[in-house]
Amino acid sequence: MISEMQTGIQIGIYLVMALSVFAALAAVNLPNIFHAALAFIGTLLGIAGIFISLRADFLALAHILIYVGAVMTLVIFAIMLTQRLSDPNVRQHNNLSAPAFLGGLAFLTLMAKLIYTTPWPVKAAGTVPHVSVMDLGQALMTTYVFPFEVISVVLISALLGAIVIAKKDPL
Amino acid sequence: MIIPLEHYLIFGAVLFTIGIYGILVRRNIIGILISIEMILNAVNVNLVAFSRSTSASPETGQIFAIFVIALAAAAAVVGLALVLALFRVRKTVLTDEITLLKW
Repeated sequence: MISEMQTGIQIGIYLVMALSVFAALAAVNLPNIFHAALAFIGTLLGIAGIFISLRADFLALAHILIYVGAVMTLVIFAIMLTQRLSDPNVRQHNNLSAPAFLGGLAFLTLMAKLIYTTPWPVKAAGTVPHVSVMDLGQALMTTYVFPFEVISVVLISALLGAIVIAKKDPL
Repeated sequence: MIIPLEHYLIFGAVLFTIGIYGILVRRNIIGILISIEMILNAVNVNLVAFSRSTSASPETGQIFAIFVIALAAAAAVVGLALVLALFRVRKTVLTDEITLLKW
């Protein structure tokens, strides 16, 4: 009974992975950039599902909130503000498709070979404790407090810089 | 880990490669930005998979995934502001029509 449930969960995870890869392929190949952005939202949701399968529940929620809620909204705004929407004849891909595909395939084979030949020190199932939000917050405030402060400075300067760059009249 | 670590790593590598492909072939700057976000997400999958299976302190991978998400948001904001400023001046978002710094 338990093993049946496990097989079901495994099949579900592989299904989510396949759907994310399919959506990612659509996101780089669709001729309409707006449809590509929508396909990429599908990829992001699939990645959030993968995070849940790794029991990183807070990270999955933050991922959906930040990416689908904020970043992709911004991207869609930018698409609507810049695209020559009335003109579907603009080519969206350059002439590099074949070499890029072959190079990507070679890179992927190399990576797969490396991944399968490396002896990962995987711990036995059940020995890794579940990471709660409290653990994350404590690590963020003790061990990683310096990167945390640096990230906040980076974020505030990026926001100010974006306002200055996108302003109508330059300073 | 309900499925082996290698499968998560392969999934991350596939997403990474698709992102690289998108950066190389897209003419639209916004398409290139979407591909960059895809690459950062592939790295996040790897970080979380390692934190779940091999890491000595399991929260490290998730903390760094959160840092990567914050940096990706900052990169997207600055990149899209640049795209808007560029479109206002040059009336295009296609990379091969922006040749200001080329001979």
